[in-house]
Amino acid sequence: MTIDKSLLKEIALSFSEYEKIIELLGRKPTTLELGLFGALWSEHCGYKHTKLLLKTLPNKSSRVISNLGSENAGVIDLGNGLKAVMKVESHNHPSAIEPKEGAATGVGGIVRDIFAMGAFPIALLNSLRFGPLDEPRNRYLFDGVIEGISSYGNCLGIPDIGGEIEFEDCYSKNPLVNAMCVGIVRDSPLMSAKAEKEGNVLILVGAETGKDGIHGASGLASQSIEESSSARSAVQVGNPFLEKVLLEACLISVKMKGIVGMQDLGAAGLTSSVIEVAYKSNLGVNINLDKVHLKEEDMTAYEIMLSESQERMLIISEEKHAKKFIDFFNTRDLTASIIGHFNNSKNVTIMHKNQQILKTPVKILTEAPSYELNEVKPSWIEEVQEYKSPSSTKNLQDIFEGLLNSPNIASKKEIFQQYDHQVQLNTIVGPGKADAAILRLKKNKEAIALTIDCDSKKCFLDPEVGAAMAVAESCRNIVCTGATPLALTDGLNLGNPEKIDVQYQISKTIKGIKLACDTLGIPIISGNVSLYNEADEKPIYPTPTIGAIGFIDNYDNALTSGFKNEGDHIIILGSDPLDDSDELLSGSEYQKLFEPNLSGMPKLDLNLEKSLHLLMIEMTKKRLLQSAHDCSTGGIAIAIAESCILGSKGAEIKIGFQNKKAALFGENRSAIIISCYSSNVESISLTCKEYNVGFLNVGTVQKGTLEINEDIKITVEKLKSIFYPKPEKIN
Amino acid sequence: MKIGIVVFPGTWSDRDCKQALNNIPNTKSSYLWHKDSNVGDVEAIILPGGFSHGDYLRAGAIAQFSPIMKEVACFAKKGFPILGICNGFQILCESKLLPGTLIRNRDLKFKCCDTYLKSSTRSKFSSLIYNSQVLKIPISHGEGNYQAYPNTIKALFENDQVVFRYCSKEGYVDEDSNPNGSVDNIAGITNIEGNVLGMMPHPERSSSLDLGSEDGNLIFRSMVESFSQAV
Repeated sequence: MTIDKSLLKEIALSFSEYEKIIELLGRKPTTLELGLFGALWSEHCGYKHTKLLLKTLPNKSSRVISNLGSENAGVIDLGNGLKAVMKVESHNHPSAIEPKEGAATGVGGIVRDIFAMGAFPIALLNSLRFGPLDEPRNRYLFDGVIEGISSYGNCLGIPDIGGEIEFEDCYSKNPLVNAMCVGIVRDSPLMSAKAEKEGNVLILVGAETGKDGIHGASGLASQSIEESSSARSAVQVGNPFLEKVLLEACLISVKMKGIVGMQDLGAAGLTSSVIEVAYKSNLGVNINLDKVHLKEEDMTAYEIMLSESQERMLIISEEKHAKKFIDFFNTRDLTASIIGHFNNSKNVTIMHKNQQILKTPVKILTEAPSYELNEVKPSWIEEVQEYKSPSSTKNLQDIFEGLLNSPNIASKKEIFQQYDHQVQLNTIVGPGKADAAILRLKKNKEAIALTIDCDSKKCFLDPEVGAAMAVAESCRNIVCTGATPLALTDGLNLGNPEKIDVQYQISKTIKGIKLACDTLGIPIISGNVSLYNEADEKPIYPTPTIGAIGFIDNYDNALTSGFKNEGDHIIILGSDPLDDSDELLSGSEYQKLFEPNLSGMPKLDLNLEKSLHLLMIEMTKKRLLQSAHDCSTGGIAIAIAESCILGSKGAEIKIGFQNKKAALFGENRSAIIISCYSSNVESISLTCKEYNVGFLNVGTVQKGTLEINEDIKITVEKLKSIFYPKPEKIN
Repeated sequence: MKIGIVVFPGTWSDRDCKQALNNIPNTKSSYLWHKDSNVGDVEAIILPGGFSHGDYLRAGAIAQFSPIMKEVACFAKKGFPILGICNGFQILCESKLLPGTLIRNRDLKFKCCDTYLKSSTRSKFSSLIYNSQVLKIPISHGEGNYQAYPNTIKALFENDQVVFRYCSKEGYVDEDSNPNGSVDNIAGITNIEGNVLGMMPHPERSSSLDLGSEDGNLIFRSMVESFSQAV
């Protein structure tokens, strides 16, 4: 076999990696071996550019049951025999090429990760990024992604209860589609991706294996969009109905005698799932490709091993019980067959057409190299961090209305109405009503709060602070509902790791997450890395999207964002509420809309953030609050406006700011807008002192009109007409 | 009353319906598998929501050929109550147990949101609902746009078969409160005998104030009370 650059490029291996393989094997690899190396050493499976950094993330707490990275998803203990399983996963590159199927199979993949753990999936969330919608290509991608998520998730009967969407130029052609799923394990055992001992067999269940999605992990996810636009066949096509049937059957099978482990087939198909289970179990494995049910006859061993056909699951069972499992799946109209067994050889052997065609040590295949990244700050980041004072001469009212109407702030109701957010009868607070969704656990009044969040403009200006902010804001979303944050899952979306600027962004991003998690005392229990996100040679903003789960013991105490009663007091809690320094605007939506460029250094006080969270939890317990809303995109003015809109109330606000633009629209503060009965103002003020958190009583809830000083005056009806974009009517 | 909840591959409201029925007095519910060839001793049947057989081809089009549907048709003929919710309504139309059809929503998009409903009080499925009462019950469907020939629609109204219509929060049946383009805001109809109801909104989702409404319970309770007396 001759090795040329184009072949290596197709499987995303560098020439030095190729040489390393020869050195490890002591010979040249076969074509099939090279395909396996390409998949297993890809960023998607092997995390070669991030492994060393990801190891530094805190992943333990008294609640955490799983080890980061060792299972399909992270697990925490919710008490009373309940466990929650959670993970976020990206499907950026497939969605850039074929948005509907790319997004749909993204949902399918993350759901399989959850039920492979023996958990019943109870919630989906999405974190999405697109370029501006006035460009037709972006509109096509946007419509396709929403339709894909909607059609796949709705068919499964899993509520899609929230998420976030940002629109920035850098995501043109390279949208980000991150899907998060949460499952619950109630009475059944927690499943693991393990083989346990030699002799146990591999049963492949579900869809037949076809030629779809070959090189998804090694090729698609390791190239920029221009290179991969001809790779449409590398995108899989989803069948949500089959996934639903598979889900129900797998969750019954975990209670059957003889089951050992379960592993879903995702990126790199059979290759990654079988070989990684063998590696984790310290065993060898023999795979017989003649036993794999195929969609078409003439598939090569290479294609079978690397196919990413969807809706497949690997069940590992004791040999004597295997037939029982196959019979069971057949009664569910699912094909199932024994495709191999584990042994003590420490090798992967593959049989095809009755011949052994591969024998390779498991360890060499799975121990991908890992690279240290550059940490030298690029000069352009120094430049953008230099703050440029506001130059816009627009008045505050116009800025306010412009912000409220911005796609990043305006209501996403039109979108989340396309997702079934109520099925399973757990949705106590659905999308758009609070900073996080609340789902009951059907046990007393216990509930979980879920959110996913990231502000990419801050990450562009300062990847470390921006990433820390994403962690802080996700946790702040949770405490704004009155719940206590328990654990996080991180979806890291960045550019090409072979470029030194991007290397800096990657290392700082992970550092920022670590810093925030350490200070806030919250673990990362699962995650996903998607690199090579760039189009036209320009990387995306670093986008570490952070999913969070919180717990509240009585959902009657859960808070929503809307103001409740006229006469209630409105209070700003958090970092110095009278801060009106210009730098509050660094990386803000205001800068994006009204200034030529983003500039400045975002800032975050993590210790204050921690106190603010503890304060919120305390005040919820004491039932002191009527509403709470995190102050984020658009600053204080927009947060108050949103509470007005959601509560159909007005507000009269008086604040003594000098530098009004920064004070009202600045985003770099850890602040929460709460409302309360006037009788509770005193005890809230005292509690804030106790926690050393800033407190400023700024006004009251009133009927009909929002007034902020003499600067902004607008009726609630007008607010709503700006905030809710007109639905497109087709008649 | 013993109630059978039919489960097709792809059904997902089965568990929700069972949970909602747990709060309805004098009921006991169990699941029926779509391949079952008899319905046992049940006295009412619910066809729940979901995507039966993936709703490939057309919503409900394949489910009509499941073995249980023959039994459901006999059951209907005998006068027992059948409640089809969402996908269940689509299956009842495809099986010709109810007239008309459900096509894609007017804006061609799936829609999940609260809707408000008004009811005619003469149906056995709405006997506990008073005349001007407005029910808050959510929808969740992509193909809920009810259509039929003008003569059929006329007959439905004349025979008092239109049980639920979409209306505003205040109770006005108007174009703005029509979520999917259904003719005359029709949300639910019965057969001419009045023992088979199909409706797009999900009453099981309005089974507890914690979920935002318990109006759906009125429909289950009406069915149980009206038909328990009759049998």
